[in-house]
This record gives sequence, C-alpha cells and structure tokens, in this order.
Amino acid sequence: MSITVNRKPLSFWERLYMPAIIGGLKVTTKHAWGTLFQGKKVTMEYPEQKWTVPAGYRGAPYLVRDQDGDTKCVSCQLCEFVCPPKAIRITPPGDSGLKPDRPNAEKMPLEFEINMLRCIYCGLCQEVCPEEAIFLQEHYSLTGLGRKEMIYNKEKLLELGGTAPGIQKWKHKLAEAREQENFPVKV
Amino acid sequence: MDWNFIIFSVVKIAFVFGALLTIVAYAVLVERKVSAWIQDRMGPNRVAPPFMKYVPVLGSFLTRIGFFQPLADGLKFLFKEDFTPAGVKKVYFWLAPAISIIPALLTVAVIPFGSKLGHQKMVIADLNVGILYTFGIVSMGVYGIVLAGYAANSKYPFFGGIRSSAQMISYEISMGMSVIPVLLIVGGLNLSLIIGWQASHGWLVIYAPISFIIFMVSSFAETNRTPFDLPEAETELVGGYHTEYSSMKFALFFMAEYSNMVASSAMMVTLFFGGWTLPFWGLNQPAATLAMGLAQIVVFLAKMLFFMVLFIWVRWMFPRFRYDQLMDLGWRRFLPLALANILITAAWLWLRS
Repeated sequence: MSITVNRKPLSFWERLYMPAIIGGLKVTTKHAWGTLFQGKKVTMEYPEQKWTVPAGYRGAPYLVRDQDGDTKCVSCQLCEFVCPPKAIRITPPGDSGLKPDRPNAEKMPLEFEINMLRCIYCGLCQEVCPEEAIFLQEHYSLTGLGRKEMIYNKEKLLELGGTAPGIQKWKHKLAEAREQENFPVKV
Repeated sequence: MDWNFIIFSVVKIAFVFGALLTIVAYAVLVERKVSAWIQDRMGPNRVAPPFMKYVPVLGSFLTRIGFFQPLADGLKFLFKEDFTPAGVKKVYFWLAPAISIIPALLTVAVIPFGSKLGHQKMVIADLNVGILYTFGIVSMGVYGIVLAGYAANSKYPFFGGIRSSAQMISYEISMGMSVIPVLLIVGGLNLSLIIGWQASHGWLVIYAPISFIIFMVSSFAETNRTPFDLPEAETELVGGYHTEYSSMKFALFFMAEYSNMVASSAMMVTLFFGGWTLPFWGLNQPAATLAMGLAQIVVFLAKMLFFMVLFIWVRWMFPRFRYDQLMDLGWRRFLPLALANILITAAWLWLRS
C-alpha cells in the first residue's frame, strides 16, 4: 500500500528560494565564524596533537618488566603460537643459551620480535600469556621509514612497555623453594 | 601596426595571464580553506618548503594559511600518471581539455582591469563589441565539456556532458537577455564605455538590479558551480564529464572552471559594479598618475575577489538543484523575467527621453 505524503505548496516567499538562501547564509557564517575566531573546530592537528586514549585501550603489544626490573617473559612461545597473523617471533635461549636475568626463572627469550606491520591488535597474546609479560598498550600509531624498522626487537619492546607491577610468581617460588630446603631443620 | 602597441600588448597579455593563473591557483586554496571553516575544520596548513621553518614569524604564518599549497597541488598534477582509459575516442579525449580551457582564458581579454598606467589603457583588447565577444567565447566552453563527456566513452561522463549541454545553453539565453537592459541604458557594447557611464551615473546594479540577479545566477550555472553543478555532480555522476581524466588533463578542466569563475566575477564587476571605479577619493576618473592607476587595478581586483569568494561560499551553502528544477528555473522563471526586464527598461527609457 502506498502512502501519500501531503506536501504543503510552497509560499511565494519560499518559491523565491529566499528562506533557504538566508538560512544557508546564517548557518555557514556561524560555523565559519566559530571555527576562525572561537576555536570551535572539531578536528585535531594530528601529529602534533594526539588523541588521549582511555584506560584499558588496546594498542600495540609491548613486553613489560616487573617491579624489580626483571623481564617477565619466560619464552614459553604461547603468544607466538596463538598470534593469528604470525607477527610474533621468539628465539628461545636453547640448551646453553642466555640465563634468565632473574632468580629461579627457567628461561628468558634470546630474541623477541613483533612485526608491527603484521600485528592486528587482537590481544590474544596478552590473553594467552601465563606470565602477564605482554600487554596491549596505548600506542596506536606506529610509523617507520621502512619495513625493517617496524620489526620491534626485545630491547625496544621492553623499553616501550615499561613496568607492570603484579604478582611476582617466580619470586614466591624462590621463597618457597628455600623454605623447602630448610624444611628438615625447622621440624 | 607600430612596435609600441605590440610590445605593450605582449606585456599586458603576460601580466593578465600570469595574474589569472595565480588567482586560479589561489582560488583553489581559498575554496579549500573556506570549505574547511564552514565545516568546522582548519584546512590545508602544512605544506611548506623546508627552509621555511628557519623564517621566524612569517614562515609559520604562511604555512598555517596554506600559502604553499597551490605549488604542491600543481606539482602533484604534473607528476601524476596521465592515464588514457581503453576505449576512449583519443582525438576528442585530447582535444576536450584544451577546448574547455582556451575560452576560459580568452574571456578576460576584453575586460578593462584598470584605467590607465601612463598612456596605456589597462585592457588587452578594447573591443567595441566587448560583451558580444564575451558571450561568444563563453558559449564555446560548453563544447569542451560535451566533448569530454562524449570522448570518455563511459556512462557517467556522458550524462555529465548531456546535462551540461542542456544547462549551459538554457542559461546562456537568460544570461544574454539579462544584459540587454544594461546595453539599453548605456547605449554601447564596449566594456570601457560601460564603466565610463557608471563612473558618471553610479553603478548599474542600482539601475538594473533584476538584470544583476539573473546574470549572477546564470553565471553560477555557466561556470558549473553549485547549486548548478549538475555536469560534474560528484554524488550522482562520480565526477561527471571529467571522470575519466587524470593528471594535467584533469587539471585543465579544473583550471577552466576557476578561470570561468574569474571571468564571470570580472564581468559582474564590470557590468554592474563599476569596474575599476570607486565613487570617492577621485578614483572615478581615468588615472592621471601611476599610483592612481595601480590603485584602480587594486580596486578592480578587490571587487572581483569579493565575487570569487561569493562563488566559493555559495558552493558550501546550498544543495544541488534537481535537473528538472534547473530547467524550470532557467526557462520558466528567468527567461520571462529577463524579457519583462528588457520591456520595462525600454519603456522607462522611452518615457524619459
């Protein structure tokens, strides 16, 4: 069923297009005036001014250190496995490789690379990480002059990531292990 | 034919041509800036040659107002790939941009942009049929657009060409009709004569306001500007007649549109707003000194730039007319109005004489 919309015939004044012209003049003048003299522009001048992201924003993934300044990553390679675009590449230390820089952790990665051109900011690495060592942080516009530059290595990721204080799982394990060693004496 | 005439003509042509192209380039910048302000943005404010950051205040000011943007735009147009789509009619495809820009540049030849510098009249060709020449040249502009639409061998440009031919022909008529009262009042076709008449009697917009309104609206239609930009209607026809054009060929169409705007503004100023004259400070008489001559050129440019800004402003103010509304306005409103205007003016002049 068709609906007939009754449209009022235009008055003589309206048929001269005068109300439309005056209205247009008013609106455009108001906006131009506001933008020029009252600073009412709605855009930001991007590279100089940046949008401040809300807390919990999921930008680029970076590695974090704990409150003692130790690397949290233990090179378990779960994030490498789960990463949908295969942006993460971890080189484990191997048998005679680098010793972890903190007590009682088994491993730490020899190299940890994230290709930021591949990363899709899905957050699966953060979700899967058993050590809470990788977090999606507030950086949202990564730029570089070449593809090589966009592959972030471990030092860069750690530097950008900063520290994330939390439960120091391995520190407590150390305390527990020491206590166990002392066990016979104590009793 | 003396050498003096040739040399001064060449100098004037070079000057007018350079000024015209500069105004065209900066009109694009003004268009972008004005549109930005109206849409609550800032517009282009980044482009600058590298050494500009060492110039203290002026450098950053010029960068902020986008002073160097036209240079960047021009370079971009030059360096872009000049792509010729398969299936276009090559000859017409190459011819169309040229046919569209040449009339646009030729129109300014008869417009007096100042009174005198020394003994030289500040007009390239002081034709006795100035207005007729302008109309003749302007109506050739439509061929460029129609050819572009035809040559592209593609649907949307074709629509654009068809629309343009209908639109420009119908508005050409009311435009021509609207000027007749001016000619009746002044009694001559020479644009310098018209300006001279206005210097002694007052601006013609007071004597023929309806003529001015019809002329202005028709020149919006002639230059394919909103609200009559049907030939290129981006939202309907992709890009209209220049959809298939790229690089410098597209730039020629673009420049043609803006040169047409300059020419129309100059015509409006000359016909209705006294050209280079101002009713005070003695600017009404042909200049006796060099300084006065320059001042009159500045007056003319200022008046013309006012209308350029009006053209640009209107583009960001109004929606596009529908095709039938456009035709309706042209044939059923403006043409009878222009005819009535001629009759009334003629009767008025007859009664007074």
